[in-house]
Amino acid sequence: MNVLTDNLGRYGEGLLGTVELTVYASLLALVLGFLMAAFRVAPVASLRAFGTAWVTVLRNTPLTLLFFAVVLGLPRFGVVLPFQLFAVLALGCYTSAFICEAVRSGINTVPVGQGEAARSLGMTFGQTLGAIVLPQAFRSVIPPIGSTLIALAKNSAIAGSFSVTELLGTYKTLNELGYSIIWTFVWIAVGYLIVTLTISAVFNVLEKRWGVAR
Amino acid sequence: MAVDPLIELRGVNKHYGDLHVLQDIDLAVGRGEVVVIIGPSGSGKSTLCRTVNRLEPVESGTILLDGQPLPEEGRALARLRADVGMVFQSFNLFAHKTVLANVSLAPVKVRRRPKEEADRRSRELLDRVGLLAHADKYPAQLSGGQQQRVAIARALAMEPKALLFDEPTSALDPEMINEVLEVMQQLARDGMTMVVVTHEMGFARSAANRVVFMADGRVVEDRTPEEFFTAPESDRAKDFLSKILKH
Repeated sequence: MNVLTDNLGRYGEGLLGTVELTVYASLLALVLGFLMAAFRVAPVASLRAFGTAWVTVLRNTPLTLLFFAVVLGLPRFGVVLPFQLFAVLALGCYTSAFICEAVRSGINTVPVGQGEAARSLGMTFGQTLGAIVLPQAFRSVIPPIGSTLIALAKNSAIAGSFSVTELLGTYKTLNELGYSIIWTFVWIAVGYLIVTLTISAVFNVLEKRWGVAR
Repeated sequence: MAVDPLIELRGVNKHYGDLHVLQDIDLAVGRGEVVVIIGPSGSGKSTLCRTVNRLEPVESGTILLDGQPLPEEGRALARLRADVGMVFQSFNLFAHKTVLANVSLAPVKVRRRPKEEADRRSRELLDRVGLLAHADKYPAQLSGGQQQRVAIARALAMEPKALLFDEPTSALDPEMINEVLEVMQQLARDGMTMVVVTHEMGFARSAANRVVFMADGRVVEDRTPEEFFTAPESDRAKDFLSKILKH
């Protein structure tokens, strides 16, 4: 039990690391995910191909492998960044593939006629997507995006193996200090619960506010 | 044939897979003319209507709007579509916007009008179709006939050169058809150029300058309503009319 009270600082640091990774990677994933979804429904064939390739490659690569590719690969091209930033890139790009597909399925729930009406009024692709299709798609993608971001929070644990301070990684130090492994992990689990339940709560509010009225 | 064509199709062809849905279509619609397209289902009349603003791309042939060929997908096409209003069978009002916002949206986004000016104009148009009292409701709160009249106001807000109607009354209850047809009659009297795909023979008789009868992807007859309804030339048209005018 005293593993927590003795090591509040360590736990706090780890939790902060996980929260930072989750928040930054989520923002990156959301921006890239919406962009890629727009690419995948664009009237320009090369954009569609790019979006499809993005999703196919990132969604089908094990996340650990992606971390290796980013952390070991990018420096070879002269891109040397802090490990935390590498981790955000890997997590964000990986998750963006799932966000993209969630958003695209949401776009497909909007009747074709909505887009046709917008286009027949002279609205461009960007206007049609931004003002007509996405606002209506948004309502139905809130739950799947929530799930995806919760998965991201838990996936951030992999960053611990790549020299990034985060929650799961704290067990190594605590284990060496001789604390009970069970209680160490119980408090780590509680930390993850705090993060994931917060995400759930935020998305519940969003769903109440914006979800489809039935 | 129209002297000063606003809409002109020359040798237009289109397939859906094996189905040759438009076969060498030639059609000209003059300024201020009301052309009603009728025909059995599957004859290609809706597709024809939708090719005019390129919601359906065609495979061969040219489509001219005000003398200009339809451009490829992009900004030029968007500009051109802004000048051709379209009214759909399923209304397609923007479900997440109020009636007023539905009408004002395109003038603000596409024509770059100030919002207050667009809203004032929208209220005038809603008044004209008899729906000013419903301006702040959402489309789902209106009846089908009311929604379709909003859709007409929305198309008119862009001050289009021509209006395309793709079976505007086919999804309506019988008692709501008239309120929509009356608005369309008024537009026809005001000199709007209209292409109307419909099954409303009464409207075709009273409002159309010309009736185009389509069957199996071809224009079979293109005549005045009087001639067409009293003395159809083709067997296909005689057969069609005998079926629909029986009861």
